[in-house]
Amino acid sequence: MHASLFITCYNDTLFPETGRAVVKLLERLGVDLDFQPQQTCCGQMHANTGFRGEAFSQAKRFVHLYRDAENVVIPSASCVAMIRDQYYGLFEDLGNDSLRNEFAALLPRIYELSEFLIDRLKVEDVGAWFPHRVVYHASCHGLRALRLDDRPYRLLSKVRGLTQLPLPNLDRCCGFGGTFSIKNADVSSAMLATKLQDIVSTGADYCAALDNSCLMHLGGAMHRQSLGMKTIHLAEILASTESSPMETVR
Amino acid sequence: MSLAAQSRSASPHPNLDPATAPPFPQAALSILQDTQLRRNVAHATDVIQANRAKRVAEKTDWLQLRDAASAIRNHALENMAAYLEQFETRCTAAGGVVHWASDAAEARQIILNLLHEENAPEVIKIKTMTSAEIQLNPFLQTAGVNVFETDLAEIILQLGNEEPSHIVVPALHINRSQVRDIFARSMHLDDLSDDPHALTAAARSYLRQKFLTIPTAISGANFLIAETGAVVVVESEGNGRMCLTLPRAMITLAGIEKILPRYSDLEVMLQVLARSATGERMNPYTSLWTGVTPNDGPRRFHVVLLDNGRSSILSRPTERQTLKCIRCAACINACPVYRQTGGHAYGSIYPGPIGAILTPQLEQMRHAQSLPYASSLCSACYEVCPVKINIPEVLIELRAQVVDQDRRRVKRLFDPMFVGMKIANFVFQVPWRFHLAQRLGRTAARVFTRSDGWIHSLPGLGAKWTQTRDLRGLPNQTFHEWWAARAQQPKRAKDPMRAKEPQ
Repeated sequence: MHASLFITCYNDTLFPETGRAVVKLLERLGVDLDFQPQQTCCGQMHANTGFRGEAFSQAKRFVHLYRDAENVVIPSASCVAMIRDQYYGLFEDLGNDSLRNEFAALLPRIYELSEFLIDRLKVEDVGAWFPHRVVYHASCHGLRALRLDDRPYRLLSKVRGLTQLPLPNLDRCCGFGGTFSIKNADVSSAMLATKLQDIVSTGADYCAALDNSCLMHLGGAMHRQSLGMKTIHLAEILASTESSPMETVR
Repeated sequence: MSLAAQSRSASPHPNLDPATAPPFPQAALSILQDTQLRRNVAHATDVIQANRAKRVAEKTDWLQLRDAASAIRNHALENMAAYLEQFETRCTAAGGVVHWASDAAEARQIILNLLHEENAPEVIKIKTMTSAEIQLNPFLQTAGVNVFETDLAEIILQLGNEEPSHIVVPALHINRSQVRDIFARSMHLDDLSDDPHALTAAARSYLRQKFLTIPTAISGANFLIAETGAVVVVESEGNGRMCLTLPRAMITLAGIEKILPRYSDLEVMLQVLARSATGERMNPYTSLWTGVTPNDGPRRFHVVLLDNGRSSILSRPTERQTLKCIRCAACINACPVYRQTGGHAYGSIYPGPIGAILTPQLEQMRHAQSLPYASSLCSACYEVCPVKINIPEVLIELRAQVVDQDRRRVKRLFDPMFVGMKIANFVFQVPWRFHLAQRLGRTAARVFTRSDGWIHSLPGLGAKWTQTRDLRGLPNQTFHEWWAARAQQPKRAKDPMRAKEPQ
């Protein structure tokens, strides 16, 4: 099977280890990957801050870049949610028929990583080994926009050596919210403190998620407070094997 | 008096007028320091949310019920003009008098004129957020009419000189011992305990005297039934029922969006409303009345139908769904932002997610422009909304309108967020610009990166991030650089884990 990787601007710049893990994981599962170096951003930051015209031009770029892809895999739930929930509206307002048709044809081939593994590759056991206690943070976009449901848990349950710990109030936002974390920094920090309390109460070694944006927020506070817990993208856990364990960078 | 009450007494009236209220982040900052208020709000919303979840879970057809409620509200809005006229005809035929008010000032004047006709120096009120929207109480007080609230929460606010912080539980930010203090002070009951029975008894004796001596009442409406001309009020205490049955004259103020086509629509709406609002299967008191009935209830009945910006919301396709709201406050109770700040930070009597979309629209986007940003877009509100208002979608639409306003202002050029977003878009248009920006950012970040590989403080907007969070220093190699380097290598060596270690 062939898949095109949309790594996202955020992961490309700040969390390249997540991208490398996706490559390692999918190639191990026999997926033939390509990466278009022209890719930049899906437009989420602009759309969610109210810069609609700017978001539109980025969305249009995305569609043009991937219209011929067999599958598009994106290791970020919020970017997939942006594409699924907002592109149609942007193209309705600012696009033309050919763009709308191209997007409609492309949309069913766009997958968040855990969707791609479970729904497309039909695999739960990816052969991973990760001997740590892990709490999964179900990001708002993964939980309510994509409705990933039990996919992440099913993947984690098959990882050898891994202990899953349940997170209290798992449906409560961590307070990141993109530019919300800057525009409403004080409220965002208060939400972060509440969330961190729940996460730390689990006593896990790692907090995992399918969104590095939440993890940057949570991990930044963990580091500030020297909490000893680390954050990790789910892809990095799934890429880790006994013979080739995960990189430690965070 | 508790610490929190003392700290608030410095400014007893948080500003809930959107025209003059401070922006949300600023208002929130001072409230975040009130730990007692935050504890009260978190506890109250947790309790209501848990009850709601229980009562929703026992309805196996909840999703269908929600679909039905959404469809009823959509249909009512799509045919609002016809249904309002039908309501007017039926209500008039039943002996009611219908008045139309295009804005708050007109509604206030109509109500004052009616009170003058009644020769009413005093009036009792059922809880109505719409009257708070048009700032009716201060207007009537200035005009010489004494207003007495009769809903328990509203009494607490009125006697305590407090402002509402929630649309269903307006005194949610005040706890029992604070209520005791307010009652003891204003009712001169020095020995009052904070036992709920004692507090209720104190409120009861205060209220009975008002019910028995004041023959004029003002109410809001949960629903207006077009088919029959009936008005519906839903409440928990029975004090509303007193106001609806004892007085000689009744004036109901209702937003035009409260219209429902048929009497039978209540079957759906009352089920979703009670479960969503208070986590009850059915609310204790549901009052329906149609015009006037000889020897039963008020002899004179007026309905004031308020537009106040609603028809302009109705005309906009994305925003229209805002008017589906049945004021259950499930979105408010579910909101992680509201949970931290309570209602006063929103600078409006409509707080929380619904307030963040309703207030700026009622203000025709002239005020409250910070409210659409008072959300992390987590969608918890949309998830619980019993009439399926896609609040995040409307928030984003309103943000676009705020940015469009900014685009016409010179001061945008001095707003780091605005300039940053324009630059980011310029950068994202062409790959080489993006890659150059990454390299420049990496170099610049080195200046701030400490020996532990993390950034602990940043200047400018970045300081908003580093006030509570560190940021890992930028990796030496982006993903696309790694991919390109990997393509240069012979096939066998392509183990991603042999990547040059960043940092």
